[in-house]
Amino acid sequence: MAERAEIVVVGAGPAGIAAACAARECGRSVRVVDENPHAGGQIWRGELPQPWRTRWEQAAVPMQAGATAFGFAGEQTLLVECEGRAMEIAFERLIVATGARERLLPFPGWTLPGVTGAGGLQALMKSGLDLAGRRVVVAGSGPLLAEAGASLLAAGALVAIVAEQASFRQMIPFLGRIAARRGKWTQALRIASALRKTRYRAGAWPLSVERRDGALSVTLRLGPRREVIECDYLACGFGLLGNTELAQLAGCQVVNGCVVVDEHQRTSVLGIYCAGEPVGIAGVESALAQGLTAGYHAAGREDLATACTPGRDRGRRFQRVLAEAFALRPELKELATPDTIICRCEDVRLGELAGFLTWREAKLHTRCGMGACQGRVCGAALEFVAGMPAASVRPPLVPVSVGVLAGEQ
Amino acid sequence: MPEPVTIILNGERRPVAAGSSVAAALLTMGVAARRSVSGEERSAVCGMGICEECRVMVDGRAGVRGCLVTCRDGMEVRTNG
Ligand SMILES: Cc1cc2nc3c(=O)[nH]c(=O)nc-3n(C[C@H](O)[C@H](O)[C@H](O)COP(=O)(O)OP(=O)(O)OC[C@H]3O[C@@H](n4cnc5c(N)ncnc54)[C@H](O)[C@@H]3O)c2cc1C
Ligand code: FES
Repeated sequence: MAERAEIVVVGAGPAGIAAACAARECGRSVRVVDENPHAGGQIWRGELPQPWRTRWEQAAVPMQAGATAFGFAGEQTLLVECEGRAMEIAFERLIVATGARERLLPFPGWTLPGVTGAGGLQALMKSGLDLAGRRVVVAGSGPLLAEAGASLLAAGALVAIVAEQASFRQMIPFLGRIAARRGKWTQALRIASALRKTRYRAGAWPLSVERRDGALSVTLRLGPRREVIECDYLACGFGLLGNTELAQLAGCQVVNGCVVVDEHQRTSVLGIYCAGEPVGIAGVESALAQGLTAGYHAAGREDLATACTPGRDRGRRFQRVLAEAFALRPELKELATPDTIICRCEDVRLGELAGFLTWREAKLHTRCGMGACQGRVCGAALEFVAGMPAASVRPPLVPVSVGVLAGEQ
Repeated sequence: MPEPVTIILNGERRPVAAGSSVAAALLTMGVAARRSVSGEERSAVCGMGICEECRVMVDGRAGVRGCLVTCRDGMEVRTNG
């Protein structure tokens, strides 16, 4: 089945929604694909706030939900998998708005059921996980921890502690930045008042977790001390990483984990734009501004695109403050032991990876990163823990059955 | 509260909250989604389609990420699929 649209947008998070609305409002034919069942991306999850809800409804952009973009057939055809079937969508311009994922780091016990991402547990809660009365330890790094802690509390979870690995001193510039922005105040106060009901600790991180009598027993380092806390879930994520794989597959230049774009969100490949978190982790306002810029420019309205760049640049500056405030401490590299699984898909342990200098070499000999997630979890983990640079991206992006690929030809 | 829907989990009828994803429903019930290649129990981690730890069989289709699928009445879900 082949479809066609002037502008195809991958991802219906804030960036993709803004891009699609902008392009549609300029009269272009637009198609959106997103692998989640609802539009809204990670922050909105199907519940768009105003004015975006109305704008999105009015634009009425055809959207294929539950559809994963996994590769390309030629320069201007996107390959998409939906409910086990492959689909081709031809485009003139492509806007990659694939968002971000959490960085998950290995420590003893991190593969146990009940150990999730921090935003991960929040996402699962928003898609129906009942957390009422369940004990949760939130750990890792980044502004998402406080955000997750607050929303888990609101869902009735008993949040024992929110453990941020960054020291309080390291976070001061970030806190100053929030205080300087009126728009952020209400959000910050809401989170702070929610977190008053729990312990928020800076300079704290998980050392290990085990399962004991049906519960998780988490050992945390809290400054000079260790503390063991019993819980049902350990929600642990160490910041966000842009999903750059699709852009990389298309041949777009990526530097330091960020897709390189110009002031109008154009990548190094003609006709391909990138907006939102793959360009750099900068939050929702920046994602929206970038999406609008890309959408208008792809629709041929450079004037409108240029008008959106201030919002984008504010986000860019914020991105630098974020990265410094939540830089990961070196102690986290030492958490995994030789026996700790690094590649969850193939159960490759850290000890088996000793002696390999590059991820490519390790992959060939151990299957590390060759499993279903295609290295999207262990790649970043290995880069941080062992300093192994990530290997190049190969199609398909997600495991697609041979049948799907065959049906394709 | 909307009426719960019933899924068929490993051959057994189980009520789950309406609108719940398959991965969230399994976690709520305390049922692991899969066993890893070395036999460890695994369940949902990222909640957003990245980690592949929530893979199950849905209506005969193997390797489906449970966090991206909403439970429907009569849906057949098999763990380890
Ligand atoms: C788990 C998680 C939770 C978060 N929670 C919060 C929060 O509570 N508050 C907050 O301020 N910020 C939160 N963030 C940060 C937030 O995601 C960003 O600030 C903002 O939403 C970025 O918008 P975006 O459009 O760039 O990306 P996203 O919102 O991530 O949207 C990207 C979309 O692309 C889709 N996609 C990706 N790859 C493909 C593909 N190959 N094929 C098809 N579709 C694809 C995804 O399904 C997703 O819907 C969270 C991030 C994560 C990862
Ligand atoms: S929970 Fe990670 S892919 Fe479903």
